[in-house]
Amino acid sequence: MAEKMHLKLTVNGKPVEALAEPRELLIHVLRERLEITGPHIGCETSHCGACTVDMDGRSVKSCTVLAAQAQGAQITTIEGIGTPDALHVLQEMFREHHGLQCGFCTPGMITRAWRLLQENPDPTEEEVRFGMSGNLCRCTGYQNIVKAILAAAAELNAAKEAAQ
Amino acid sequence: MIPGVFEYHRPGAVAEAVALLRAHGDEARVVAGGHSLIPMMKLRMAAPEHLIDLQGLDELRGIEIGAEIRIGAMTTQHEILTHSGLAEAAPIMAEAARQIADPQVRYLGTIGGNVANGDPGNDMPGLMQCLDARFTLAGPDGTREVAARDFFESAFMTTREEEEILTSINFARPTGGWAYEKLKRKIGDYATAAAAVQIAVEGGKVTAAAIAMTNLSDVPVLSAGAAAALTGTGCGPEAVKAAVDAMQADIDPVEDNRGPVEFKRHVAGVILARAIARAFERA
Amino acid sequence: MNEMTPSREERTANLKGTGCARKRVEDARFTQGKGNYVDDVKLPGMLFGDFVRSPHAHARVTSIDPAAALALPGVVAVLTAKDLEPLNLHWMPTLAGDRQMVLADGKVLFQGQEVAFVVAEDRYIAADAVDLVEVEYEDLPVVVDPYKALEDDAPVLREDLEGQDEGAHGPRRHHNHIFRWEAGDREAAEAAIGGSEVVVSERIYYQRTHPCPLETCGCVASMDKVNGKLTVRGTFQAPHVVRTVASLLSGIDEHNIRVISPDIGGGFGNKVGVYPGYVCAIVASIVTGVPVKWVEDRMENLMATAFARDYWMDGTISATKDGRITGLKAHVIADHGAFDACADPTKFPAGFFHICTGSYDIPAAHVAVDGVYTNKAPGGVAYRCSFRVTEAAYMIERLIEILAAKLDMDAAELRRINFIKADQFPYQSALGWEYDSGDYHTAWEKALRAVGYEGLRAEQAQRIADFKAGKTRKLLGIGLTHFTEIVGAGPVKNCDILGMGMFDSCEIRIHPTGSAIARLGTISQGQGHATTFAQILASETGIPADQITIEEGDTDTAPYGLGTYGSRSTPVAGAATAMAGRKIRAKAQMIAAYLLEVHDDDLEWDVDRFAVKGATERFKTMAEIAYAAYNQAIPGIEPGLEAVSYYDPPNMTYPFGAYICVMEIDVDTGEHGIRQFYALDDCGTRINPMVIEGQVHGGLTEALAIAMGQEIAYDDIGNVKTGTLMDFFLPTAWETPNYTTDWTETPSPHHPIGAKGVGESPNVGGVPAFSNAVHDAFRAFGLTQSHMPHDHWRIWKIAHDLGLHG
Repeated sequence: MAEKMHLKLTVNGKPVEALAEPRELLIHVLRERLEITGPHIGCETSHCGACTVDMDGRSVKSCTVLAAQAQGAQITTIEGIGTPDALHVLQEMFREHHGLQCGFCTPGMITRAWRLLQENPDPTEEEVRFGMSGNLCRCTGYQNIVKAILAAAAELNAAKEAAQ
Repeated sequence: MIPGVFEYHRPGAVAEAVALLRAHGDEARVVAGGHSLIPMMKLRMAAPEHLIDLQGLDELRGIEIGAEIRIGAMTTQHEILTHSGLAEAAPIMAEAARQIADPQVRYLGTIGGNVANGDPGNDMPGLMQCLDARFTLAGPDGTREVAARDFFESAFMTTREEEEILTSINFARPTGGWAYEKLKRKIGDYATAAAAVQIAVEGGKVTAAAIAMTNLSDVPVLSAGAAAALTGTGCGPEAVKAAVDAMQADIDPVEDNRGPVEFKRHVAGVILARAIARAFERA
Repeated sequence: MNEMTPSREERTANLKGTGCARKRVEDARFTQGKGNYVDDVKLPGMLFGDFVRSPHAHARVTSIDPAAALALPGVVAVLTAKDLEPLNLHWMPTLAGDRQMVLADGKVLFQGQEVAFVVAEDRYIAADAVDLVEVEYEDLPVVVDPYKALEDDAPVLREDLEGQDEGAHGPRRHHNHIFRWEAGDREAAEAAIGGSEVVVSERIYYQRTHPCPLETCGCVASMDKVNGKLTVRGTFQAPHVVRTVASLLSGIDEHNIRVISPDIGGGFGNKVGVYPGYVCAIVASIVTGVPVKWVEDRMENLMATAFARDYWMDGTISATKDGRITGLKAHVIADHGAFDACADPTKFPAGFFHICTGSYDIPAAHVAVDGVYTNKAPGGVAYRCSFRVTEAAYMIERLIEILAAKLDMDAAELRRINFIKADQFPYQSALGWEYDSGDYHTAWEKALRAVGYEGLRAEQAQRIADFKAGKTRKLLGIGLTHFTEIVGAGPVKNCDILGMGMFDSCEIRIHPTGSAIARLGTISQGQGHATTFAQILASETGIPADQITIEEGDTDTAPYGLGTYGSRSTPVAGAATAMAGRKIRAKAQMIAAYLLEVHDDDLEWDVDRFAVKGATERFKTMAEIAYAAYNQAIPGIEPGLEAVSYYDPPNMTYPFGAYICVMEIDVDTGEHGIRQFYALDDCGTRINPMVIEGQVHGGLTEALAIAMGQEIAYDDIGNVKTGTLMDFFLPTAWETPNYTTDWTETPSPHHPIGAKGVGESPNVGGVPAFSNAVHDAFRAFGLTQSHMPHDHWRIWKIAHDLGLHG
């Protein structure tokens, strides 16, 4: 076992600290040390995206990020995207359009879609499919996920317009 | 899938990184985005005792556009894909980056890592050869430049010395038409066959061409013969066929899950023909 | 009557009962990252187990030295077969009547086989320790081809069975033979085929693949030595069966074992079986007295737990020259790998493969299946499939296409001629099934009309002309499929798993204020049971679905059931739910009669209440009745309002569907694009159309993967070539098309609410639809059969072999 490092992160807006070996994977730091179990482990080879979190404004697969690499990072997980009392529109639209079944890919999907819509607030279906292509789902066939994201985009844009 | 134990370093300057490499020799590896190295470490096919993280080296970032284009080694595929100046100056870069991995991997995966790892499956090495790029390597004795066309020796073996770090990539602003064409099984896959093509055309005739192929040998394949076959032609069917024939003489694919050799040779030709057609049309 | 009483329509809508596209109650926790999957379980003092696995496909294990691993700080134990032997747990029984090594006992039989189990303080130490266990192997000859396995001089794989001529399913004919299983009348089939004008025979391979749910398998075993209780949380599609097996294997009384399936991240058949990881975690927890977690990684999942298919099917079909099918015969070589760990009902070693007469009225048929051992992973699970139905549907739907080509007949017309007619149901098939209901012609014509079938064929003809004229390099394939499934296993008289009859169950408690909880013997892995079973109950009891909690997966609280796989939840547990609901209603009727001072027979049910016939202003709602059940002494009636139903289905259900896939194929690269996919499903009564549509989308995408790229491939020495998601094909949103769904509704006559089950239909029907599209594109050029998966190079090879590359 290597010496542990003093890890300082900002997770879902809160500064957190942990002792972790440098080799620990970010997904394990989140899940095991910080009890943030929304992001999941699906493939461990950076193909499935179940472990997707947002790190410094980028969607990343936290199974392929070392704890040490994440030192000092700002992390957002599904837990930081909405609250039970104030769900994010994406969370509402995934339910509304049946964009999930077993739920295992869902936190990664929504976290990725959350970044995608910030970069491209009004995507086409093709752009959604391309932008979500780092996230695998075994249950839904994606059709309703795509529908949910497009609906969320429309809703967010309508809200933005209404606010102006 | 858990990586082995290592000591972690995050140097703040290239010289510091080089010194670390020098101190630890082949027990050290540098990590950029980590999307090649970390999976290998998780499979325990790589077990460096010292990991030198280059993310603190701001001097390795950024894209500069002039007559020459300079891309810092730590520039991510995502930055390449979304950089408007680069899109104008060398649109083939974004066309290729778009076909690499997936969105999450592109946010972290860097051009330097893609090139320096020497993985024949990676797309940037072939593209760099097509663009006749030069790699700047920093070592204990200062920096030196190596042509992309001289860099790759065999699978995962390059002319980079153990104590050197790839810091930047330079190439002349390409002219004429371009195409990066890639056949793959799905998003995130390496190429079954891919072709990078740059063509300069005057008066309907090719004045200069560069063609490089990906994942069809243990190194990227720059096919001078294919380029020569196009030069002076209007890229008609015969010229394309001659280029394909020349390219096929240069590649040396191996059978894998993507298919047998015969298939790969054939589709390499199809992919190249498509790339030539698109590049010529854009020229 | 209260003037504010809502109308019957309003009250019905308020129930969100059967037929309603009710939004899912599960989604709130999943969309907020608050699901509770097995790897989320964290118990005080919990240790982590990890396997040393064999790099060889066939080898003798000459020594295992754990010393270096044990010396690593944080390592608690290293278990080998020697440690398990005194407990008689070094081998375990499989669901198929065979036995399987838990840890390598003298030899290994497939790459990735479990050799030793390391227990450590965390998964990092465990992984380090796995590397430190020194195992010496002596290579043995490897057999990966089941035909070669049956050659006289093939190496003996299962030395433990040497000299045993009798297996779990009758005589063994060779040292690598497992069973021969037959159905139908061989003589009649051969006579029919022999006397026919047109006969086609073809070897059709359905490749080895894997269910690959996004969550891998795992468990947390927790032995409480103070109270003598063992709790196992894990990825179990059949938690009650796991409890029984755990009791039989461990000797712990069944009442002292509690099995809990928490949220499950997809199953698709992968999580039906009992795996060495479960056994080792349980043993380790018993030994150490603290909880032990085992969760496999993706490579382990693909290499070691639960492959599917791997059927080599020699099919022969015969017809008159005008296309009337006269007979069908099939012989299958079934590659079961190193141990026969198929998850089939005990009496059906080849599952329900003999549904392979499909949707057609075939007068004579015979099938024989030979199971064979090879040096591959054990399994043979029903991957989104009801026990070999996918293989059966694929074979018949390929044979139909091949026969159509031979007859030079349109394949849609050939199907039309041979469909079982609506007035033939219930239909007795030549292979022994009684199809419950169907209306194939109606579905077929609706499907053909929906896609504009004639127009597609005209376009295809033009495309072929253009191709031949050198104007295009793309061909158009029209993939037709009409499938019939057999799901809902099943009648206890002939369906059991390890002796447990395949009934299922539901227990309902109505609370005093009129809301309810129902518990079932099944377990959702994404199907949305908490949503849909509440809908069934809402319609039966008049309690709004939103006021019904559905609970599954905890053997201490749920009634015994056989679990969720083979599309059996709706046909069996759904029926139990309806029946339990009816028991509630029957008691409610007596209570209402007492409250209203009328005879039971003078009441009628009206959505959510009992009303007096002819005086419907006099009524008692279910909520009022529930309250009365708890607060009034009613003569002759026990207090409370609860019911339990164990449902033994009288027959299977037979969902069916018509799928059409339109595919563009690039002849030069093998690339394909799905231009259109139309899926009509008839699953009987539709409980939740939104959930059904979701199931169809997902199942079609799994079918797309299987047909177009997915396989577990081995090299000649038994190395797995497709061990990560780079090489094991799971399509992303980018490769997946949009689907058009449609339906007809032919209720099952024997199911209480007429429902048949739908989850697996799209996989069963989707695979032949995609595959037939590929074949159809090349039919005009003489293609008969090309094995799946139809990835780029294999499609390219079709074109190449047909001379289409000039």
